[in-house]
Amino acid sequence: MKKKLLSLIMTGALVMAMTACGGNGNAAGGNGGSGSTGNGELTGTLKLGVIGPLTGGAAIYGNAVANGTQIAVDEINARGTGFTIELNPQDDEHDAEKSVNAYHQLQDWGVQAIAGTVTTTPCIAVSAEANSDRVFMLTPSASATSVTEGKDNVFQLCFADPNQGSASAQYIADNNLATKVAVIYNNADAYSTGIYQTFKAKAADLGLEIVSETTFTDDTTDFSVQVGDAQSNGAELVFLPIYYTPASLILQQAASAGYSPKFFGVDGMDGILTIEGFDTSLAEGVMLLTPFSADATDDLTANFVKSYNDKYGEVPSQFAADGYDCAYAITAALEFYAAKNGGLDVTGMTAEQLCDILIKVFTDPDFSVDGVTGLGMRWTANGEVNKDPKAVVIKNGVYVGM
Amino acid sequence: MNMIKNASSASKKAFLNYGIVIVFFIVFQTLVSTGNITSALKGQLIPIVCYMIMAVSLNLVVGISGELSLGHAGFMSVGAFTAVIVSSAMGDAANPAKLVVSMIVGAGVAAIAGFLIGIPVLRLNGDYLAIVTLAFGEIIKNILNCLYVGIDEKGVHFAFNNPDALGMNPLGKVVINGPMGAVGISKIATFPAAVILLMIILIVIQNLVNSRTGRAIMAIRDNRIAAESMGLSPMKYKMLAFTVSASMAGAAGAVYALNYSTLVPKKFDFNTSILVLVFVVLGGIGNMTGSLIAAGVLVVLPELLRKFSDYRMLVYAIVLILVMLVTNNEKLKGRIDTFFKKFRMNIAKGGRKK
Repeated sequence: MKKKLLSLIMTGALVMAMTACGGNGNAAGGNGGSGSTGNGELTGTLKLGVIGPLTGGAAIYGNAVANGTQIAVDEINARGTGFTIELNPQDDEHDAEKSVNAYHQLQDWGVQAIAGTVTTTPCIAVSAEANSDRVFMLTPSASATSVTEGKDNVFQLCFADPNQGSASAQYIADNNLATKVAVIYNNADAYSTGIYQTFKAKAADLGLEIVSETTFTDDTTDFSVQVGDAQSNGAELVFLPIYYTPASLILQQAASAGYSPKFFGVDGMDGILTIEGFDTSLAEGVMLLTPFSADATDDLTANFVKSYNDKYGEVPSQFAADGYDCAYAITAALEFYAAKNGGLDVTGMTAEQLCDILIKVFTDPDFSVDGVTGLGMRWTANGEVNKDPKAVVIKNGVYVGM
Repeated sequence: MNMIKNASSASKKAFLNYGIVIVFFIVFQTLVSTGNITSALKGQLIPIVCYMIMAVSLNLVVGISGELSLGHAGFMSVGAFTAVIVSSAMGDAANPAKLVVSMIVGAGVAAIAGFLIGIPVLRLNGDYLAIVTLAFGEIIKNILNCLYVGIDEKGVHFAFNNPDALGMNPLGKVVINGPMGAVGISKIATFPAAVILLMIILIVIQNLVNSRTGRAIMAIRDNRIAAESMGLSPMKYKMLAFTVSASMAGAAGAVYALNYSTLVPKKFDFNTSILVLVFVVLGGIGNMTGSLIAAGVLVVLPELLRKFSDYRMLVYAIVLILVMLVTNNEKLKGRIDTFFKKFRMNIAKGGRKK
């Protein structure tokens, strides 16, 4: 009897709690945009959402993006041009379900555009929702092609996976780095498998011989089999399309096995020098393909690295740079539109109206953005970015452009 | 006399559960149709129902059959990926037809998986069984990580560990791409359909529990030797409960999969199994009403805690501990101690808890 009473009370509480939070719905949207102000200026406050893993195993990427975006937003707000951005980062724990929840939370907040999501799988789920709701998305770092495929409102700031895989193969072949290549990749990870597949296809075209292909999964810590296989097959270069945590272990274990081939990584390798307790001398000579190197001397990068370091006490990774560029790219797009259409006041505009404007601008051939991850970034109609890949090599514990 | 009393109280309880589900449905369907609901909560309605199904189906194994299963998410993923294949293979068929067929086939394939896994697993007892179900859950996840499925006009192609081995013609579409999972799933799951599935599953479970078979399952849970001496086959009845539970998890997985446009095998790992077990333990082992409510509350809770930002999951854990302590209060007897203790007590003591 007591039990029944309890369940009744709990049901009651549940219903109350749920209806209570259902009360303030649909605050967003409202009475349309106030549109043109006449003087070609961009004004108003943009509600920009960021979705990414702020907690959990991939938190380092989400936080880097959120921090990078925050710096850009602070700078934009400090310009005093009448245009400001209100930023709202939401956590998705690198999980598609949580990410869709985070997206809905942002909708309740009245989000007008999204810089996100940071990781690939959640991004695919959220971009499908955003596509049917007509919310503009510019993802800083979700690199799979399925993120943008068939969705006109989703754009990427980073290279798509196929580009990374084939660009890596191209780079290795063009610079005659090796002819016998080993690949170690994470076959439980969409990012890693995606790059591996395109690398393999491109390598076959270019006459690179893949002598060893070995895999691991997320919780692997012993790579002696993979390293041993590459070594016994005489690979001159080991291609590592993986994130930096397993990469650091592979470098350590290759060193202790007395095996010293060239190592070549992709953007996931960025950050390997910041791992606590990692002997950076092991990473000496490691090459990686990345759009951003913190040691670049141009003003844009130097300023960004300085303000990031001042605020968060570390050197920004490529993810932070991607987040920083996202906020600037969206602002630049709105300014571009405002200049052409006699001004724009974004306050109170619906996400749908902004989505139409941003799609128009991003696919405009005249629109390009200079950011810290590349100069003259342009977007194709299917949402992929065009910019030059840069390769960097680790020398004396810092990334040096090649 | 005693039997009549038991039966009537059992059916009262059963109707309470139907009532909860119907009220839940009417309230939220009204809120959705009048637009008085936050999009956050609206987006969660289908996952909530899926987790409710997961919780009641796991409760059938953990509470009624008395076996601790730690691999329930594995069956969910079998149903989920089957549903993705089925709904893609059906092409242009009407959405409701696709949804129903996907759910049925998903449940069927999960039942087969449950049966096959049940053969070795149910020969074990107690903690050993728990560990082996955990292992099978991980095995399912890893198999799905290596599975590639493609569809072209000749039919469905399967390959293992290598997408190039699918042998499709160029127009074919890769439906499941190993660790990248399935993308581009058409979102055809609806809230009413999910609730109807939940109702069907509740009807099946509650009638099963109150039937001759259900009493046999509980008799075996309470005292295996006595039940065996009565001529009941423990393997048969445990297998029945395990397979039914697996098929229900498969149906829940099907709805879950068809509610998101992407699905990766990684989602259905050990953590998801434990999450569902937490619903069951929190709601009270063997208590279907509790499972329903616990699943609903615990799925919504992390979203309500977003204002704590970085400390969200910490607060969630604290809330979980507090709720466990409160519901485990002396005054509310019959709640669990710790779940392992509880099982031993139950098996040793015999007799259902009050």
